[in-house]
Amino acid sequence: MLLTLTTTHRPATDLGYLLVKHPDRVHSFSVPTGTAYVLYPENGADRCTAALLLDVDPQMLRAQKDAFELSQYVNDRPYAASSLLASAMARVFRTALRGASKDRPELAAVPIPLEIRVPVLRGTPDLVSRLFTPLGWTVTATPIPFEPEIGGDSRYVDLLLTGDIRLADALNHLYVLLPVLDDGKHYWVAPDEIEKLLRSGEGWLAAHPEKVLIARRYLAHRRSLATTALQLLEADQPVTEEEAELPVARRAPLAEQRRDAVLAALAEVNASRVLDLGCGPGALLSALLKDRSFTEIVGADVATRTLEMAARKLKLDRLPERQKDRIKLIQTALTYRDDRLRGFDAAVLMEVIEHVDLPRLPALEAAVFGHAQPGAVIVTTPNVEYNVHYEGLTGMRHSDHRFEWTRAEFAAWAERVAATYGYTVTIRGVGEDHETTGAPTQLALFTTEKKETKEVTA
Amino acid sequence: MIIDVPELSLVALVGISGSGKSTFARAHFKPTQVLSSDFFRGLIADDENDQSASADAFETLHYVAGKRLTAGRLTVVDATNLQAHARAGLVKVAREHDVLPVAIVLDVPEALAWERTQAREDRTFDRRVLTRMSRDLRRSLNQLAKEGFRKIHVLRGVDEIAAAEIRYEKLFNDRKDEHGPFDIIGDVHGCRAELEALLIELGWDLIRDEAGRPVDAVHPDARKAVFVGDLVDRGPDSPGVLRLVMGMVAAGHAICVPGNHEQKLARKLNGRNVQLTHGLPETLEQLAAEDDTFVAEVRTFIEGLVSHYVLDDGKLVVAHAGLKEAYHGRASGRVRSFALYGETTGETDEYGLPVRYPWAREYRGSAAVVYGHVPTPTPEWINNTICLDTGCVFGGRLTALRWPSREIVAVPAAKEYYAPVRPIFAAPEKPEQGLDLADVIGRRHIDFGYGTTTVPAENAAALEVMGRFAVDPETLVWLPPTMAPCTSSTVDGFLEHPSSAFADLRAAGVDRVVCEEKHMGSRAVVRVSVTGAGDAIWTRTGRPFFGPDLDEALLARVRAAAAPIFAELETDWLLIDAELLPWSAKAGGLIRDHYARVGAAGRAALPVALSLLEQAAGRGLDVAGLRDRLELRSAEIDGYSAAYRAYVKPTDGLSGVTLAPFAFLAGAGVSYAKKNHDWHLALADRLVAADPEIFTPTRRMIVDLADPASEAAATEWWLTLTGAGGEGMVVKPWAGLAVTGEKGRLVQPGVKCRGREYLRIIYGPEYTRPEQLDRLRQRNLGRKRALALREHGLGLAALDRLAEGAPSWRVHELVFAILAAESEPVDPRL
Repeated sequence: MLLTLTTTHRPATDLGYLLVKHPDRVHSFSVPTGTAYVLYPENGADRCTAALLLDVDPQMLRAQKDAFELSQYVNDRPYAASSLLASAMARVFRTALRGASKDRPELAAVPIPLEIRVPVLRGTPDLVSRLFTPLGWTVTATPIPFEPEIGGDSRYVDLLLTGDIRLADALNHLYVLLPVLDDGKHYWVAPDEIEKLLRSGEGWLAAHPEKVLIARRYLAHRRSLATTALQLLEADQPVTEEEAELPVARRAPLAEQRRDAVLAALAEVNASRVLDLGCGPGALLSALLKDRSFTEIVGADVATRTLEMAARKLKLDRLPERQKDRIKLIQTALTYRDDRLRGFDAAVLMEVIEHVDLPRLPALEAAVFGHAQPGAVIVTTPNVEYNVHYEGLTGMRHSDHRFEWTRAEFAAWAERVAATYGYTVTIRGVGEDHETTGAPTQLALFTTEKKETKEVTA
Repeated sequence: MIIDVPELSLVALVGISGSGKSTFARAHFKPTQVLSSDFFRGLIADDENDQSASADAFETLHYVAGKRLTAGRLTVVDATNLQAHARAGLVKVAREHDVLPVAIVLDVPEALAWERTQAREDRTFDRRVLTRMSRDLRRSLNQLAKEGFRKIHVLRGVDEIAAAEIRYEKLFNDRKDEHGPFDIIGDVHGCRAELEALLIELGWDLIRDEAGRPVDAVHPDARKAVFVGDLVDRGPDSPGVLRLVMGMVAAGHAICVPGNHEQKLARKLNGRNVQLTHGLPETLEQLAAEDDTFVAEVRTFIEGLVSHYVLDDGKLVVAHAGLKEAYHGRASGRVRSFALYGETTGETDEYGLPVRYPWAREYRGSAAVVYGHVPTPTPEWINNTICLDTGCVFGGRLTALRWPSREIVAVPAAKEYYAPVRPIFAAPEKPEQGLDLADVIGRRHIDFGYGTTTVPAENAAALEVMGRFAVDPETLVWLPPTMAPCTSSTVDGFLEHPSSAFADLRAAGVDRVVCEEKHMGSRAVVRVSVTGAGDAIWTRTGRPFFGPDLDEALLARVRAAAAPIFAELETDWLLIDAELLPWSAKAGGLIRDHYARVGAAGRAALPVALSLLEQAAGRGLDVAGLRDRLELRSAEIDGYSAAYRAYVKPTDGLSGVTLAPFAFLAGAGVSYAKKNHDWHLALADRLVAADPEIFTPTRRMIVDLADPASEAAATEWWLTLTGAGGEGMVVKPWAGLAVTGEKGRLVQPGVKCRGREYLRIIYGPEYTRPEQLDRLRQRNLGRKRALALREHGLGLAALDRLAEGAPSWRVHELVFAILAAESEPVDPRL
């Protein structure tokens, strides 16, 4: 809600001309989220400070189209610098932002010594520094602590930027980076936001090492918009989806190997009617769909959102009828018996069991092996022993994993389940087979002889 | 002429065009009971006479007829029904729904029909068509019985048609008007001595003939015996058993359904070729000593037996091998076959006996089904069904079930009269472990006794929580209902105030309330038992609290403190409703990421802004107005920070964590929902006394709503409580959890009345500004209240079902419905 701009350029009083705001008056502007004020706490020849203060009116905030999380009433908007402040700044300092000045055009065009303070800004010192330092600022970001009862630092910093920077550039940096740090735009991100980003980022964004993060956050995580923006920034270097998804890139090859291992196991047991239990957004389903030997494919998941994603990914609504008849997506919970899952050749539980609480696992076993009773079951799960090879991994591989097993633990489980439900099990590794730790993924293939049914005369 | 029509049947009207079928249907049946082919043709083709639409029209008609019959509704088909294939379609629909097909033929002179046809503008066919129809009708008349119509009424001529009168007859199996009380007796298999002993044990007086043989029995309380069949074979005196049961049935003291053994005996007696196995030779040998008259009586008796009965207003169904719900009160070959033999899977077990299909596991009906047929060691209720065959003839026991008290009475067999093929006491049939998805998914309508609710099909979130996050559904027998706040107060400066809470309960017809301190923590439901098996603590959405180790440590403390209470209440487990404190123990992350974050930002920003204004003022700028506003803001953010800070306490593992119990919901076989709050709180106090470190007491005050002084004292108490940082209070009807008001409707189990400072956390630091308060007072509570009441009713019903020993899916469907209701969109600040 607050930032100050100080210059020690002499005469510092020129700041008033550059900002086109008279230092001896309190300027107020009505903006969509409240009232913005510009006033000068000091105005000397050595040092002049302009303060931009946004008095957020919660009532007007509420009238804005979107609601903030559960915090329509309780939120940091009135206190922290955010996209609201950036918008107010763009309106109040419109001329200065363009680099224009009627009274001091030559000064507006050159770097001047500037100090900018944003007393409350969402962000970590590290991120703030990564964003502003490449732009020529000296960054001092002091974390704002919680009260002692809570302890530790809040996610805000008190930011002080110093440097010799052209005023218009400084304002444009703030205009783009305040919302980026706030990471929650207060208005609906429309495609014309790309335009705004490119205009304000002119001359500095293209070369910024964090441009991907800046574009994605500024455009509020709308991937397609971010990609377009980045492509426009450097027309000859198209940005691939992968770049935007860097953190998961490392896992991709293993996911492929795992999928191939599952497909191979399905081929081994000659399955044509298969269940993909816990199908997620459909990584395996699309592979199954491509193989005509699978005549009936059922993807089952507990989350309807995930099923919707899978349906979109598989383009279910556009599949030709004959293709579509082969695949069905259903919502189920694997801890319940589900008659719809009975009578299949094989069921796949690919990276699923580790998402079930251990005490609930017997219910899954009973539902899948005991009730659905497919001819074969393929289970994959992480091998926790392999985790030592993941640099920087603390804890488990995924925040929702309820457990990760060693090879011995998995084998013991698989053998018990096989014995209980009349299956035979073989276990193999998937992925790079490391000498001491084994492969990253372990796969169990459960098979059963089809029970002989005798005709009975009652 | 009287036309007898079974109450549930598919009636086909048969007659040529113009014979008056529609007029007849209108005169004798409700419009909704009549499905006319003309209507369906119109529905499909916009033209009742468009014969090209006939195939689709009949397909649709059959579909609708099927839906009606599934629901047990008489259905009349108004079509010419002159051709065998058309009638075959109807017979098929009737059979598929196990109802009797009935034909009513309207036979009028062709000339009259032609006259009527000509009078209608929409009928344009010529006379030859009518002549052909007449020919078809003649041909049809003697085909109907062969085609499977069980009742055929032919009305000849206009007068007979006009004089016809429909009389509904009950099905043979319909004995809903018999209310017993009943003594239902399991498979006797010729064990006469044990049957006599059992009847005496049940209080019956045996009546004997001059030879001393029992030929009847009467009960002083006019009870009625019900035999589930298999009276004969294997045992020492099948004729003796038959003589007694036949006498009791003839005298109206008993009713009897046939078993497969009676069925086979009757076939043998009728000279059919049957295998002489499974104890039939013994029976034949014993019967050989009887005179022919008796044997003839036996044959008549067995042939007159009806394969199942629906008794006691439909609450009780008796069939030898059980009966699935779709077959109750139905009549068809397969219903009879199911009742006699049950269903088999087509497989055989290691002893070469057919594997029975476990229909009882899937049974979801509201009628209790009592049956025999399969020897089991102990009778056990499975989904409201029970098997009474305890293998008397194999040396087990002869068992009876008293209805409606559901009490089991049994006498031991004197000896093993016959060796079983398969060891009967080895593996009892258990209900399948776990729960069936079909009991929770899809749009479901639940009548839970305190009301009805529809769980929408889109309860995706509830399934996800239940499937991936909640504790074992078998453990999760109850979830706390949401609670509505009191009506918005008009007291200056307050959004919620005790006066509104008291007024709300007074309006609901409550005269005495208990005000309980509302602890600000996390709602916790605790299940503890003497042995510790199956104990758990869960949140309001059914999730475990801190993880297995800490949860178990906490449960152990509760278990220890509750030890004397188990004995006193004669229960081996207890379900306790409580609040876990402090709030930060479970919600630490939420507090940091949300509430304290806002506080930190505000407390950092406002002083800087104020000092800048100070500086500006020093330069002579006029910033007084702005400064006043920011100073108010600053005070508000301080108040807000103090409010959440009050609920943050350091905890380390279990240290610093406490439970504030306030209700004891249930124990073994009992719901404590009707106990008053003095009872509940006294028990809570004992837990506190037993372990003051782990339990926090709940401060309370009882208020007489007719006494203004009592109310004033409570208001004062509330002001002190909330002034010291307390969240507020919950005002509950003193009489207990399950309190009903006028018209027997449930009253809210409590309304919350939250403190003025506490509400800053909910409504924002500035909410106390007059203009904001005015707006907040307009908040709509209707939806929240309805939701609270519905969840409360579902929870009470879950406790009732638990107490009855209902199967776990019956409890789970209610708990699931509570969770589904919780995912309905309602203002989270209420």
